[in-house]
Amino acid sequence: MSLLKKGPIFSSGILPDEGLKRALTLTRAEIISEVRESGLKGRGGAGFPTGVKWNLAAAARGEHKFVVCNADEGEPGTFKDRVLLTDYANLVFEGMTIAGKAIGSHQGILYLRGEYRYLLGQLEGVLDGRRKAGLLGQNILGKEGFNFDIEIRMGSGAYVCGEETALIESLEGHRGEPRNRPPFPVDTGYLGNPTTVNNVETLVLATAVLARGAQWFKAIGTDKSTGSKLFSVSGDCERPGVYEFPMGITIAQLLREVGGESAKAVQVGGASGTCVPASLFAQTLAFEGVPTGGSIIVFGPGRDMLKVARNFMEFFVEESCGQCTPCRYGNVALLQGIEKLEKGRCSMAHLNELLALGESMQLASKCGLGQTSPNAFIAIVKHFTDEILGRALPAQQA
Amino acid sequence: MLATEQLRLSAEIVELADRYGRDRCALMPILQTVQDRYNHISEFAMQEVANLLQIHPVEVYSVVTFYAFLKADTLGKFVIRLCRTISCDMQDKDKVARQLENELGIRFGETTPDGKFTLEWANCLGMCDQGPALLVNDQVFTQVDFAKVHDILEGCRRSFSVHPMPKGGH
Repeated sequence: MSLLKKGPIFSSGILPDEGLKRALTLTRAEIISEVRESGLKGRGGAGFPTGVKWNLAAAARGEHKFVVCNADEGEPGTFKDRVLLTDYANLVFEGMTIAGKAIGSHQGILYLRGEYRYLLGQLEGVLDGRRKAGLLGQNILGKEGFNFDIEIRMGSGAYVCGEETALIESLEGHRGEPRNRPPFPVDTGYLGNPTTVNNVETLVLATAVLARGAQWFKAIGTDKSTGSKLFSVSGDCERPGVYEFPMGITIAQLLREVGGESAKAVQVGGASGTCVPASLFAQTLAFEGVPTGGSIIVFGPGRDMLKVARNFMEFFVEESCGQCTPCRYGNVALLQGIEKLEKGRCSMAHLNELLALGESMQLASKCGLGQTSPNAFIAIVKHFTDEILGRALPAQQA
Repeated sequence: MLATEQLRLSAEIVELADRYGRDRCALMPILQTVQDRYNHISEFAMQEVANLLQIHPVEVYSVVTFYAFLKADTLGKFVIRLCRTISCDMQDKDKVARQLENELGIRFGETTPDGKFTLEWANCLGMCDQGPALLVNDQVFTQVDFAKVHDILEGCRRSFSVHPMPKGGH
């Protein structure tokens, strides 16, 4: 299924490889300053400024540098990269090539999640086409000395590999256990070399920045969140799918577009994001509002929010890499707490302990997984206290 | 494992190392290919890979046991992975799960006695807008309902009668 709604960027009629062609007329510094000027921030969820990342990788010392496209789209409720890789793979590879030119790299790697292996043949075909058209390989588009090629590497079913250092560990043939940061991949990345790891959507947007310029891009969205965003919408709504909206759209506006006005809550940002109740639907989806990698899961009036919390927590218990204690034990303890709540056997004192544990995990976990895994539980407890406390015992156990 | 089978597997692994390289970065692609061809990665295979890449076999074992799609235990020829994450859960994945269990006569985490099918849970497959979703080996199926479960399993069974020894991967 392709994009259900094209917004300002996907409907702008940018020609194939327009961005790359323009990038080849610019110096590396000019490309980076264009991207920096555009205000483009990483679309995987963390929102790090792309121009800054590229600049760090460009400035880092190293004979070999790498451009890695993070296509390990594992966040529950996220599927925009699937659509981009299916329908806009050329833009993804164009973006990687521009990044290669910007940081001075000759080698790109697309890390594709194992679940999307059915796309592999098609993507290899697109790469072959680009090689034949002189868009990859030696002296790209006749530009003397600009050599860049891309290989695809597969994941094998591990959510944590979406974390950039875990992804690099996986590429190097190790368990997907996140590294301490710093050093950051821009300095010490793949095989110790400077590496920029960018989300699929970020690279696609970078092509638009180069094609139309930073000013055009900045005019879309808000001051602090420039450009547009792809939203993966699922759950209790009439028209689930991928939508492009300018950054800064409110949750209520988005729900109208997708036919989910009756929602009692929306999970923004997937399992690691936060749960927003209907009373807060006037909030905007932007880095300065509710930040998101684009996952929007709509919960209709009849949904049991404790069941939702349980589903997320089971996910994290399964996907924690087990390396650090707050995450390895914390998620299990929170899941046990949810089981107590389900049985109506959780005291307020214990619930407060669980919340405190969640906060400890946010502070003490090594990577984003454990730092964010308690978010949904904490938000659901906060906004739906009446729904989750004092539940009757299921009939057969009473 | 018969000695001749071991020899064949060793030769295949050497071939894979020639293709992907003999450094640690080749580990994942080699293991992924072995998994595809044999539906599991045996201890013997792990030892052979370790020898070629000059790493300790425990390192290989630790990688195999980390990733959900790599397995030390033998899986069926068709591995069915049903998404259990929130959006598919809200689209009645439980009903599809029960139907799969009923049709195959096994529970999740099990393999049919004839070695043809394994049932597993998967975490988010990225098909949230078209759930419930499942993978059969690499192939994805969306909006799976009772009728589709039947069709999918029949499709798998038919491929057995056409190709007596089908490969797990595509």
